[in-house]
Amino acid sequence: MAKHHVSATLNGNAVEYLCETGQTLLEVLRDELQLTGTKEGCGTGDCGACSVTVDGRLVCSCLVLGVEAQGKKIETIEGMAEGASLHPLQRKFLEHAALQCGVCTPGILIAARALLARNPDPTEEEVRFWLAGNLCRCTGYNKIIDAVLDAAREMRGN
Amino acid sequence: MDAKTIKQEEVLKVVGTRPVRPDGVPKVTGLARYGADFALPGMLWGDILRSPHAHARIRGIDTSKARALPGVKAVITSADFPEQKYEFLGPERVAINFWHMTRNIMAREKVLYEGHAVAAVAAINKAVASEALRLIEVDYEPLPHVIDVDAAMQPDAPLLFEDMITRGVEPAPARPSNVSKRIEFKLGDTEAGFAAADEIVELSFKTAPVHQGYIEPHGCLARFDADGQGEIWASSQGHFVVRAYTARLLDMNIGDVLVHPAEIGGGFGGKTVVYIEPVAALLSRKTGHPVKIVMSREDVFKATGPTSGSSMTVKIGVKKNGKIVAADGVFKFQAGAFPGSPVMNATMCGFAPYDIPNVRSVGYDVVCNRPKSAAYRAPGSPISAYAVESTMDAVAARIGLDPLQFRLMNAAKAGTQTAWGPKHAHDGYAETVKALLDHPAYAAPLAKNQGRGVASGFWFNNGGESSATVHITEDGSVAVATGSMDIGGSRASMAMMAAETLGVAYDQVRAIVADTASIGYTHVTGGSRVTFATGIAVVEACNKVIDELCARAAMIWNVGKGEVVWEQGCARFSGQDSGKFEPLSLKAIAAKRAVTGGPIGAEVSVNAGGAAPGFASELCDVEVDPETGSVKILRFIVAQDVGRAIHPSYVEGQMQGGVVQGIGWALNEEYIYDAAGHLLNAGFLDYRVPVASDLPMIEAVLVEVPNPNHPFGVKGAGEANIVPSMAAVANAVANAIGRRLTELPMSPPKVLAAIDSGRRG
Amino acid sequence: MSDIGYEAPQTLAAAVALLSGANGLARVLAGGTDLLIQMRGGRVAPGLLVDVKGIAEMRAIVAENGGFRFGAAVTCMELVEHAAFAAAWPGVTDAVKLIGSIQVKGRATVGGNLCNASPAADSVPALIAAGAIARIVGPKGSREAVVEEIPAGPGKTTLAQGEIVVSIFLPPRPPRCGDAYLRFTPRTEMDIAVVGTGVNLALDENGVCRHARVSLGAVADRALLVPEAAAALIGSKIDADALKRLGAAASAAARPISDKRGTREFRIKIAAVLARRAAVIAADRAGRKG
Repeated sequence: MAKHHVSATLNGNAVEYLCETGQTLLEVLRDELQLTGTKEGCGTGDCGACSVTVDGRLVCSCLVLGVEAQGKKIETIEGMAEGASLHPLQRKFLEHAALQCGVCTPGILIAARALLARNPDPTEEEVRFWLAGNLCRCTGYNKIIDAVLDAAREMRGN
Repeated sequence: MDAKTIKQEEVLKVVGTRPVRPDGVPKVTGLARYGADFALPGMLWGDILRSPHAHARIRGIDTSKARALPGVKAVITSADFPEQKYEFLGPERVAINFWHMTRNIMAREKVLYEGHAVAAVAAINKAVASEALRLIEVDYEPLPHVIDVDAAMQPDAPLLFEDMITRGVEPAPARPSNVSKRIEFKLGDTEAGFAAADEIVELSFKTAPVHQGYIEPHGCLARFDADGQGEIWASSQGHFVVRAYTARLLDMNIGDVLVHPAEIGGGFGGKTVVYIEPVAALLSRKTGHPVKIVMSREDVFKATGPTSGSSMTVKIGVKKNGKIVAADGVFKFQAGAFPGSPVMNATMCGFAPYDIPNVRSVGYDVVCNRPKSAAYRAPGSPISAYAVESTMDAVAARIGLDPLQFRLMNAAKAGTQTAWGPKHAHDGYAETVKALLDHPAYAAPLAKNQGRGVASGFWFNNGGESSATVHITEDGSVAVATGSMDIGGSRASMAMMAAETLGVAYDQVRAIVADTASIGYTHVTGGSRVTFATGIAVVEACNKVIDELCARAAMIWNVGKGEVVWEQGCARFSGQDSGKFEPLSLKAIAAKRAVTGGPIGAEVSVNAGGAAPGFASELCDVEVDPETGSVKILRFIVAQDVGRAIHPSYVEGQMQGGVVQGIGWALNEEYIYDAAGHLLNAGFLDYRVPVASDLPMIEAVLVEVPNPNHPFGVKGAGEANIVPSMAAVANAVANAIGRRLTELPMSPPKVLAAIDSGRRG
Repeated sequence: MSDIGYEAPQTLAAAVALLSGANGLARVLAGGTDLLIQMRGGRVAPGLLVDVKGIAEMRAIVAENGGFRFGAAVTCMELVEHAAFAAAWPGVTDAVKLIGSIQVKGRATVGGNLCNASPAADSVPALIAAGAIARIVGPKGSREAVVEEIPAGPGKTTLAQGEIVVSIFLPPRPPRCGDAYLRFTPRTEMDIAVVGTGVNLALDENGVCRHARVSLGAVADRALLVPEAAAALIGSKIDADALKRLGAAASAAARPISDKRGTREFRIKIAAVLARRAAVIAADRAGRKG
């Protein structure tokens, strides 16, 4: 069977790739497009390390097929900074030491950005429930929550 | 509250602050490269065939069909690995045996657990590699299996090794068993001690195996050339260990293997060993191409070491006034398929926070048909602490003493005799207990269905071999390199210690992790040793550089070396008429390096002794739903003696992370097997680590009783925090429901059953 | 997996033709959050994936005859973000909110949750309690079925080959009504339900329950509609006695297995606890006093 030829938008730029039906968007990003910032932690949608947004919607890229991204707007961690300027969430994660090994960090940043786009003033509980799909084994989540709430404050202009 | 602070003779400018880590930006932008993120032209994908049986003899392996599949470039089995000599090497607590290790990498005579590697392939892509595995035919003779530690110790248990005679027993047993070793530590006379006790409590406990649960599966890329030299990019806690083990298992010179330290996505001890690196290396050598292997999450659970499940009995005897007079502990640990559980650590650590005149502590290392256990954060100690600290609470309740006061009354300090030989060399434990006693939360009221638990714990912390280089660049910035893989921010603390020692700004210093060819031997990032031992190496290298900088300044000024001192980042003339010369900064001296002798730098290798142990005491408040057995953590405070926190945020992060692992271990995490020895929950759906919504904020209280053996007073901080956590939760649940569970995890059905038996009884 | 076909039809007729014509080897691809995992695990090996996300009727949420109709391929997030639907059916919304994580809900669909036919599917007891009706289209035309008729056992539905669930209809709400869904999981999120309970009820002007439907999930090979449990509520003011009878009926109806997620005994117990608690929430939403 011939591969699918997919055209999409990736981090604001036009992108094209070939993929087999069974290849996930995660595999396409990492193996075909060499964007290894999006991580595979489990391959079954249980850890969130592979989080990206598709048409603004937060998803696990291990549960999306590459062919399903046809015509869609994909955003990954590599597109989160504005050129050389870090997104406030990225800055706050560094300030608050909200990462130790850092492997869950791309997924959590993408998920947190999606939260703040929808709810710019979340409570601690709302942040915790939104991020329940992102496992972190190093931090106990404490400083991640601190960083997200602090970034939200800055983005609101408080 | 009154956090213990140390009178400082000088004000520290960098140590104790919270700067951004030097490797931070790549990590938040997705550019940092972990073990699975590397690729090379011509790369092949490696994949590993794993046993479907918990225990079976391998009668034969036919790889012919796999070899014939187009796109397959190599197929290997254990026959391709050299045999290893059977001998235990290294200190007893952490002894290794390459005869076992090569069999764990790839099974020989038998498969000893579901998931045990039996063959591997290298192919042009993942799909061909998977298909090739399906074409390998293994002729298994399934055998009866055993997993539970008590079952494995029964006289009629299936044997993993028909010739295993228990070590540590005199005279040696006549019959083989699954007990690889018996360990015993004794102090005083426990029989007499118990006879003199006013109250004795004896309880038995069981825990299930739990996995370290790092989010990043093992991954590596190996490239081995026709001349036998090779490179490996691996996410590992110890690239020197990857080098040494790979070389040994492939019968190569260690110097012919170069290991690059990839970023690592969590280890917690589980990545201090090798699984896939020797396989990738051998496949690369055979094919002449780079080979990449990445484990799936399922394989991580099925084929990498969780820690031991256990069966334990603890007995403590006290006088009415609360003085402990005798303690006895028997700890039986699952080693998994090959000997080497952390039971020795457990027998040593369990009673270590206390001054007890009569102690007997016995351990059994028992093999069973599940993956070989690997280190998990203070290996062994959290397990024995669960048993000891639960019993301590039961004792306090029996004699009507406050559980923290009871611990304080019996607290070990510098000079206290341990059960395993030496005397404690450091204070720190009592201070952690006092930190909780003084905390306002300890007196906070509790509502219905709520309970409060406290617990303490001990971990040795390690020193050991570390190497560091410090070089001054041409413009006076500082390049620090060490051999310590950075799991959690150690590049920041290395840069901070260097900046403090040299008296320069933090941003003037950059710290990297060097590969195995570029720096001296450095032991694993584990055992809470890096800030301590590698920190010492960095500081000593800085001191050497300072010495050299002063010598260069003396040359520049044409004065005696004894007339130059280093202060606040500059060389200063200390002779007569001290205003004669303007101070020389790093930048100024570096600019003149060529005419004063050349590049300025130093390398130091140490085998650091003088590590001080970690003590932690923890407080946990829970609320139990009396109709469902659900346990909610309301509050958690961890007070840990860290000596001195170089970067307090990262030290707090270690404490919070360790506690949350302990909470998962206490409430939900366990390996679930079916009757045939297959793992039923080999994924993050049903192996339940805590998620963000399960937890409150974890409060970290940094207690600082400095370690005089480290230039900044550091005591290892990474591990001691997990040790008391399960007991703290267990004691809280016991206080909430009025009954004590003695099995982990305390999942809702078990809690509900305990509540219901209380209602009826 | 290089020999799997993929088609993205834009009409129902095209989709039905593809599904009927593939000798049983075609699978509907909506959210894919169950299917992709099953394919990776080797439990399912489709020859053709029929992506239905381009079919307009399957993606719409519309008010209809006083009720709501939402397409089977509407994602969970789209449904919970629909303010009017969430206001009318807070219990169904609570159930859908519990499916997986935010990421999973960004792709997963209620149609998929129903047709994947896990006995523990979260949306199903809530839909059954709500009296939801599925519109199904197949080679023989269109038909309707109450949602409780669709799951036939773990991983099996009563759909014939070539049939697709197109949309789900929830009837208009009477005055003084409320619905609720609760589930038991060991963690607060991310787990498969050990027990799930959906309660939908309506009170009269005196606070007496006149209509009720109670459904249980994860305690049998498929979600159960439990008329005896509803009977315990009807005619009562949802008082302690009625709740006790409700719980007993729920436990009696439960016929769970013991598996890695829960024992038989535990599930039977919890069915009663959650049924009672869900009934209280539903009654409070119905505006009962005291």
